[in-house]
Amino acid sequence: MSDYTVRLSDRGTVAVDDMILVKGVQAGAGSRILEGFKPVFSAEAVTRLEKNGYVISGKTHVGEFGLDLVGEFSYYADKEEELQGAAAHLVAQGAVKAALGVDLNGAPRRAAALSGVDFLKPTYGTVSRYGVISCAASGEQIGVYAENVESVGEIMGVIAGHDEKDGTSLREESYNYRTDLAVEGKKACIVKELFDRADEQVQKRVEAYAQKLRKNGVAVEEVSCDFFDIANTAWQILMDAETCNNVSRYDGVKFGHRAAEYKNIDELYVNTRTEGFNFLTKAVILYGSDVLSKNRYEECYGKSLKVRRIVADRFGELMKEYDAVLTPVCGKTAYKAYEIREAFEKVFKESVFTSVPNLIGVPALVSGSVQLMGKQLDESVLLSLAGSVERAGESL
Amino acid sequence: MRYEMVVGLETHVELNTKSKIFCSCGGHSAAREPNDCVCPACCGMPGMLPVVNKRVVELAVTAGLMLNCEISRYTTFDKKNYYYPDLPCSYQITQLNHPICTNGCVTLKTPSGERGIHIKQIHMEEDAGKLVHVGKASYIDFNRTSVPLIEIVTQPDFRSAEEVLVYLNKLKSMFRSGGISECEEGAMRCDVNISVRPEGSAELGVRTEIKNMASFESIERAIRYEVQRHIDAIEFETEELVQETRRFDDASGKTFAMRDKETAADYRYFPDANLMPIVIDDEWLEKIRAEMPAAIDEKADAYREAGISEKEIDMLIHNHNASELLDGVAAFGCDAKNAAGWILTDCAGILRKNGKLLGDLEIGAEELAAIMKMVDEGKVNRMSGRKILSAVIETGVDPVAYCKEHGLDAKVDTSEIERVMDVVFSENGKAVEDYKNGKVKAKQALFGACMRALKNTADTALIRELLDDKLSKC
Repeated sequence: MSDYTVRLSDRGTVAVDDMILVKGVQAGAGSRILEGFKPVFSAEAVTRLEKNGYVISGKTHVGEFGLDLVGEFSYYADKEEELQGAAAHLVAQGAVKAALGVDLNGAPRRAAALSGVDFLKPTYGTVSRYGVISCAASGEQIGVYAENVESVGEIMGVIAGHDEKDGTSLREESYNYRTDLAVEGKKACIVKELFDRADEQVQKRVEAYAQKLRKNGVAVEEVSCDFFDIANTAWQILMDAETCNNVSRYDGVKFGHRAAEYKNIDELYVNTRTEGFNFLTKAVILYGSDVLSKNRYEECYGKSLKVRRIVADRFGELMKEYDAVLTPVCGKTAYKAYEIREAFEKVFKESVFTSVPNLIGVPALVSGSVQLMGKQLDESVLLSLAGSVERAGESL
Repeated sequence: MRYEMVVGLETHVELNTKSKIFCSCGGHSAAREPNDCVCPACCGMPGMLPVVNKRVVELAVTAGLMLNCEISRYTTFDKKNYYYPDLPCSYQITQLNHPICTNGCVTLKTPSGERGIHIKQIHMEEDAGKLVHVGKASYIDFNRTSVPLIEIVTQPDFRSAEEVLVYLNKLKSMFRSGGISECEEGAMRCDVNISVRPEGSAELGVRTEIKNMASFESIERAIRYEVQRHIDAIEFETEELVQETRRFDDASGKTFAMRDKETAADYRYFPDANLMPIVIDDEWLEKIRAEMPAAIDEKADAYREAGISEKEIDMLIHNHNASELLDGVAAFGCDAKNAAGWILTDCAGILRKNGKLLGDLEIGAEELAAIMKMVDEGKVNRMSGRKILSAVIETGVDPVAYCKEHGLDAKVDTSEIERVMDVVFSENGKAVEDYKNGKVKAKQALFGACMRALKNTADTALIRELLDDKLSKC
């Protein structure tokens, strides 16, 4: 559908990543298994943008099912030496006003940090997941990439709000995203355990950002918080289980890729899925099946659900003291190409910075290549904090 | 040695809703051809999310109330994983951890007395699609995917095949009269768990499960066969019993072990994150309770009190349409016993003439009540009443208008018939006497004599009416 390639509009152009459906446009989720699949409807977020005069300029590559670091393992894209993430790159270039990306394991946040653009993963339930190629249903959300917080807030204002087609959608009809709330007197904390995980360059970046916040009257102090590792493990378990289950519908029977060679239904399944999924997805499927199996369920999946509740409580306690948590987004300032066999562990290790917002549904904003996490539905505070730094000039 | 069978039942019942359980597609009964009632949601396309059909919850709760269950105020859905081409998402949405109803019981009237059967739980789930094999090819029809089901699980309380049949018939009557399910062939499917033990023993024997039987007859035959197989195995060591899943083959009347593949070892159940827990508060529960039709036993008692015959009660209980109409007509102030005759004899007769069944009856309570009133008040005679009824059923006309239009409210001139009848009565004094002495058959003789005297020119129904009238005055 060439409709979506070049068209200009008053409100601006928005790209969407390939986890988000646009009617009639092939949706591959970066995976061969969906090759040729053309959805018959658009995602709710896409429809809302179009209704409000924005033009969907095209779709951007994602790593298969959004499971990798920043989108390095797409079946449809060429391999890069320096990883950057397609949507973030497009926004950084100024080619589009904004882009939508599905955040289920921090990939869009990492990509935004590498490219120096903003990305907001909003509170779970604010943006409809209708039309998202779902993997980790309990923690995935559509978020917005843009060059500044004002644009993030503008696009969020359009796409967020209750949608009856999504049972997990919150009740509020619409949200007002402010970027200009007074920040003086606000309090932020830096979690020591996460700070210590990052390399020196990243640490410097976080410190510099803290300094800028302080200049704007925000108190920033260091705290110790021990739940990020266990939260990361819990999210890995929940995400793998949910993803394993959600991609089980890709079996070669109904749509997408089907193996050319098979003698019976079992071979059709096995050959199709062997050819269709990449190594990382297969690892996730195996891990996910394991944690859901009868003998392992309680100690893995069941326990992770409990951890989710405890982390939500502990994070809530922390947020009684602070308005935001300032953390690194990645352990390093750049990623180089690597082999897919290393992906599962590499992504898991890096996700320690990003998994809490996926696990418990709180918002996280990447700006200036650092991350601010906040309370449920407290996006305006995060956008205003970051806005105060952005408006003060000097990029990092 | 005498043996006792221990049987538990899992009964799947297709709910009578306008749309499927998680999308707005019509149920498969609305389908004209394969894949007629499908949407991206019920054929498993990515991007679609399930949204619970509230009516399904209400019907499940109603079923639970009918079976004296505890209604869960907090109920959740789980996913059950297995691969099969008729299952588009490769998982079925069902309830494992927090089913909607638990701990119920139902009392059965069996030839050997009253028996209580405990209901372990009732849960909601979606149905799968259908595979059609033609030659070497297989086709998939998704019309039935996501059609709402409830599964009613009993404790192993049955001790005979008769009890199982009484139970199933009772469920069927209840669910029909409650508007929960039409319970047509195929809309009620059973899995039967069977073990056998020496009578008096407290220990349970090896249990086998016979899956997916749709007819009561098969269920009965399967139970009888399987119990005998168990007894033979215990008594004569014909084979070693193993815990397994079996299927019943209608043609041979035997059960066979299913291949391992058909009985996936681990379904990897886990909560469905797309569906938020459903909370049933007092207000909602009361609303469902208030809209619930009278329990079947209470209803039968009420009909009995109104003087309706046992045979008619049975027909009414088994025919939701008819009992609903009767209750409606009674609400308009008509006599229930009289209404039962109009519905079960007159309406049924007219329908039969048109090749239809009582279940197809579409007349409104208001229309039937209007006709009955016209007759009761003597505005039209019984025969004309039936004529009006026939027109209303066949063409949907307004009864009062039809009556006026066709001049049916004008009194029929019955003087000639009455004159002939007087002659017949005087010539057949013995028959009249016999009738008065309780010989009902004598009426038939008088009727025949009248017909002959009138040379078959008059309406038989009118003659019967006049004859009844005359005899009652004798």
